[in-house]
Amino acid sequence: MGVNLAQVEGAYKVSFPHMGNYCIPVRTLAEPLECEIVTPPKMTRRTLELGARHSPEFVCVPFKYNLGNYIEALDIGANLLIQAGGGCRFGYYAEVQEAILRDLGYQFGMVRLLGGFDLREHIRDFRAVNPRLTLWRALKAYRVALRQTKALDQVEELMRKNAGFEVEDGAFERIHKRFLAELDKAREIRVIEDIERRYLAEMASVPIERPDDMLRVGIVGELYVLMEPFSNYFVEKELARRGVEVHRFVTVSHMVENAGKHKDAYLRRMIELADPYLKYHVGADGTESVAMTHKLMRDGFDGVLHLKPFGCMPEVNAMAALQRLSREHTFPVLFISYDEQTSETGLATRLDAFCDMLRMRKGKPSR
Amino acid sequence: MGSWKGERVSKAYLGVDVGSISTKAVALDSGGEVLARSYLWTEGNPVRAVKNVLAEVEEQVDGTGAEIVAVGTTGSARQLTGAILGAQVVKNEITSHAVGTLSRHSDVQTIFEIGGQDSKIIIVRDGVPVDYAMNTLCAAGTGSFLSSQARRIGVPVEEFGEYALRSKRATKIAGRCTVFAESDLVHKAQIGHAVEDIIAGLCNAIVGNYLNNVGKGKEILAPIVFQGGVSKNVGVVHAFEQATGHEVMVDEDGHLMGSLGVALVARDSGGEAPFSFAVRDVAFETVGEECGGCPNECEVVLVLREGEVLDGWGNRCPRGMERVAERLGVSKVTVTSAG
Ligand code: SF4
Ligand code: SF4
Repeated sequence: MGVNLAQVEGAYKVSFPHMGNYCIPVRTLAEPLECEIVTPPKMTRRTLELGARHSPEFVCVPFKYNLGNYIEALDIGANLLIQAGGGCRFGYYAEVQEAILRDLGYQFGMVRLLGGFDLREHIRDFRAVNPRLTLWRALKAYRVALRQTKALDQVEELMRKNAGFEVEDGAFERIHKRFLAELDKAREIRVIEDIERRYLAEMASVPIERPDDMLRVGIVGELYVLMEPFSNYFVEKELARRGVEVHRFVTVSHMVENAGKHKDAYLRRMIELADPYLKYHVGADGTESVAMTHKLMRDGFDGVLHLKPFGCMPEVNAMAALQRLSREHTFPVLFISYDEQTSETGLATRLDAFCDMLRMRKGKPSR
Repeated sequence: MGSWKGERVSKAYLGVDVGSISTKAVALDSGGEVLARSYLWTEGNPVRAVKNVLAEVEEQVDGTGAEIVAVGTTGSARQLTGAILGAQVVKNEITSHAVGTLSRHSDVQTIFEIGGQDSKIIIVRDGVPVDYAMNTLCAAGTGSFLSSQARRIGVPVEEFGEYALRSKRATKIAGRCTVFAESDLVHKAQIGHAVEDIIAGLCNAIVGNYLNNVGKGKEILAPIVFQGGVSKNVGVVHAFEQATGHEVMVDEDGHLMGSLGVALVARDSGGEAPFSFAVRDVAFETVGEECGGCPNECEVVLVLREGEVLDGWGNRCPRGMERVAERLGVSKVTVTSAG
């Protein structure tokens, strides 16, 4: 059981790590706990510095960002932390982080959601915090959070595909901001559906100009650096700035759809797609990275970006297969590895060169 | 008016490559022929280095009737240089090197480059770059490693090549890391290995390190062109040929390929604007300051032209430039980043 409440004094104030804009559905999910919800401060360099300073050196950056979020949340009053489990080392995050934070002298409770997307286990864990929690209430929060997640993923996908071609600078971002604010307040499925519909329509009507030398690039890799823009140095935005339509399969909706009873079929499909470059699963998201790159290539994309935290073993395993695929089909794959020393200017140079390269391949002059 | 003597003004294109160690410039005519070339040390002062290469280029262009109509910049200080020169094109070093090399060797499939502080590899197929990698972290695979070892052995690095070629049996030197290589080298010298064998071993170590780092996982096919400062070293060229089993070509302008490439990109961009060498007399200054507006702690760099903000970067949000400019008491930012 993943709940430890021994040290909490006074009323609960619950917090959680950031990942993209998923703090919106996470807050919905946490409401049935009937306590104050403390959203960690926005990610900054400080978040990573704090996290890195107190982390074992060998751990991957997602761990460090999570820890940084916790510290910043505890510092503004949180006393109950939620950690979701899964993945490979990710599964051990919570214990180690809890120990580190206690060593630092913080007093807090910890709820570890280890069951992946298993609702029954979540409810059991949540009841330890709020014994009055009814099944109905928890279910409703879960459904609303899922619907918010789906809306978020839909709207952001549309944005990824089009923001690079907006005629007026920042047009998409302004709409996106309003969308997030509305979505954050919605607690009825009908309302969320309406918000999604309206904002998809509004974004679809933003004037865009797709140039002849437009590029289509997919991004694959480890899920945290894929979904947390701060940790990938806003790589999607950076690509958009360079006139690229960005495609990404991995979202929380995608993960939920393929979890639970669908998981085995999904993994089988991934292995089939990854053939002949992978025969076995390589752990965490590695198999998907290979499968999706293979698919993107066959769908006629211009190239793929592979993102991973430095030292992430499942993705290191995937890289060997990706390198082979890239070589055999002369299909461009750019490998980006993130740690706290990754330089922003170095990354910009590599993205520039990658986009130039893709344009030259298309027989259009570089610009 | 001025053409009564029958001379015609022809168009020329300037390419400037400012790295941390050296600064290079070429001027090309519209056919891509080199009208002027310059190669100087950066010595930690890119602004001065740019002015100095400009002086050399001006001298050579003078009297040819050519006039610079477009400028391209590349190298680690490309943005700064681009701002100062009002460049039409600011390009990363990979693209610039690929374009430059392809203009001379259209059938090249692999480009090796080892410079003073970094190294890169570019894989080309059918005249188009398809893959690349670069290394800026490990010193063991770069020119600065060779020169520091040369000092240790007491043989000028320029003579390394001849020594290496004389060696019959190269000493094995652990080349994975500068620290290991150094202590290994001292050890081998003490137990009596000949100087030429040690030098040949060093060349092999550089090549081994390069192929195992930047070259890792890449399909290396001939024709191979080798450039960057270290390509002048015949010992390293020879070691590359042995390791790859292919002939390795070195262009006499190999050290200028970045500037050459970016001059070509500037030419092909179609953008033109008057350029004057008088820019050498303008006072430029760069100031770096922490913004302090939020915990991101962005290091904002402003380029000042005669005390006014010309360009700036390093800020993650628009507030950064304004904050720093205000604090320094310089006039409001009017130009945004040159990209
Ligand atoms: S998948 Fe990679 S990043 Fe995630 S916990 Fe495992 S090693 Fe770390
Ligand atoms: S430039 Fe913007 S993001 Fe960077 S420190 Fe200043 S206020 Fe923060």
